[in-house]
Amino acid sequence: MNTPATPAIGTRKIHPADTTFRLSLHAAGAVVVIVLLSILAIMFMGGKLAFDTFGLGFIWGTEWNPVTQIYGALPAITGTLVTAILALCIAWPIGFGIAFFLTETCPEKLRTPLGVAIELLAAVPSIVYGMWGFFVLAPFMSEYVQPWLTSTFIWIPPIGDSFFWFTAPPIGVGMLTAALILAVMILPFIAATTRDVLLSTPQLLKDGAYAMGATRWEALTGVVIPAVRGSLFGAVFLGLGRALGETMAVVFVIGNAIRMPDSLMAPSATIASVVANNFPEAEPGTLDLAVLLALGFILFVVSFGVLAVARFLLRQERMS
Amino acid sequence: MKQLTAATRARYFRRQLVDRVMGGLCIAAAGVGLILLALILWMLFSNGLAGLTLDTFTKPMSQPGSGGGLANAIIGSLLQVGVGAMIGAPLGMMVGVYLSEVGKESRFASIVRFVNDILLSAPSVLIGLFVYQIAVLPFGGFSGVAGSIALALIAMPIVARTTEDILRLVPQAYRDGAIALGSRENEVVRKVVLPAAFGGILTGILLAVARIAGETAPLLFTSLGNDIWSTDMTQPMASLPMAIVRYSNTPYPEWVSLAWTGAMLITVGVLVLNIASRFSYAAVAGKQGG
Repeated sequence: MNTPATPAIGTRKIHPADTTFRLSLHAAGAVVVIVLLSILAIMFMGGKLAFDTFGLGFIWGTEWNPVTQIYGALPAITGTLVTAILALCIAWPIGFGIAFFLTETCPEKLRTPLGVAIELLAAVPSIVYGMWGFFVLAPFMSEYVQPWLTSTFIWIPPIGDSFFWFTAPPIGVGMLTAALILAVMILPFIAATTRDVLLSTPQLLKDGAYAMGATRWEALTGVVIPAVRGSLFGAVFLGLGRALGETMAVVFVIGNAIRMPDSLMAPSATIASVVANNFPEAEPGTLDLAVLLALGFILFVVSFGVLAVARFLLRQERMS
Repeated sequence: MKQLTAATRARYFRRQLVDRVMGGLCIAAAGVGLILLALILWMLFSNGLAGLTLDTFTKPMSQPGSGGGLANAIIGSLLQVGVGAMIGAPLGMMVGVYLSEVGKESRFASIVRFVNDILLSAPSVLIGLFVYQIAVLPFGGFSGVAGSIALALIAMPIVARTTEDILRLVPQAYRDGAIALGSRENEVVRKVVLPAAFGGILTGILLAVARIAGETAPLLFTSLGNDIWSTDMTQPMASLPMAIVRYSNTPYPEWVSLAWTGAMLITVGVLVLNIASRFSYAAVAGKQGG
């Protein structure tokens, strides 16, 4: 615990005021750790009834029936993963393009205002995206996008005999709409973090590439990306973490049907949307509530893993 | 160029072409992103301004057709966010000071730093469920206090992270000078380091307030919402985000209109706080020469 800023310990007694000071700061640090551990413990305890009733099979159970009190988490887990990964696949290329544009090709005058605009948009509350999805995007999807997708991609063979890609009644809500909203929501976030990563590349590396006659694109793919690959993946995982746990933007447009999805465009559900939607009807002490808390526990474990990977990948950058 | 062979020239042309095409695609990406986001803001403001009247700020929520406002939700939001920030900000500052001034690279500090980074991006819906179990179930009901606790837990890691980052920018010479004058450790921090970094810490607090002001999911499980005037923090309490949720999913045009107005008010608040935080950061960064 010795630190350079402390007057030589041993030659001088630590003043009681400093002892109190250090103790209280350590306590504050401990609070952070205690909060995380209690979230894990309390979510698990709350969901224990569900794990006791269904065992580990809760995770891959596909049925969700409040009447027979049979609950399986797989539909919600599938919806969560599909919407989050799809959102990332849409948002990452665009976000990366924006980041490259901002750091390399953008005129100097536009750089700061565009950068600030992106950061401000990353701060817009998620419920605003949810509302926009519900009142604007969903009707647009049902009117134009879905009929077109259905008729254009009808030839894609289904997965097994239950998942029909783009074939579904065009009601505008579902995993595809949710993924689009999530994509729009995490877009500024990904663009901002990727830009920071690209900016952290030493200028000397880029100058070296240009001196060799590389074009801007070659300098990016040949020098910059290899140099910051870890941090770039870290930014992607941070975005994924955001998309996995997002609640309000999804609740509005997912359709809230807890069953194994049979199409990208059929009403579906994510863990967060199930928890938010079913919570008002779940009485304390019942299996209904325990199931939601168990779902929360699963979401916490998954996000913890994703965020831990993100932090590990981004750590080199932070140390510098 | 004259001496170049045809093959070299073709390769040169191809490389230029790839560069131009990819550069063009990136500009297109930026265009798509900006247009989408501009579209959202435009919808927000055109719909939000349409429902904005004096009643929005003076009358509480009421039945459709009887001309209610959002006053109780605005007060509820201010109270919960205010109390949440008053709990979360000092705690986060202490964590930041610990990480930067006392813990540094010690093992425990590394753990705290890692855990804080996880909490920083943990899904807010889980914070809500957690607080529901520790502050709603044991006390027999939803309350504004529970909402504030949830918001405090979201604000704390943000303040901790920015405080640590900004304290690391304070030159070591400041600390050395204070120690040389005979200051104790707590005096070095309280009288020299913290004042020097004040603007940066304020930035972190403003950003945290901006973030929790727009949080909806945690309030769903803690303060629930309330249609009537209430400033009693031990009772269920209205908030702007919860009012938006309640009003959006209805067939009444005036409620939907109020929901848009509420969304616009939150967004304006959040953006103003973000811009203010930029100024306070610029002030401190300017003072320290970068």
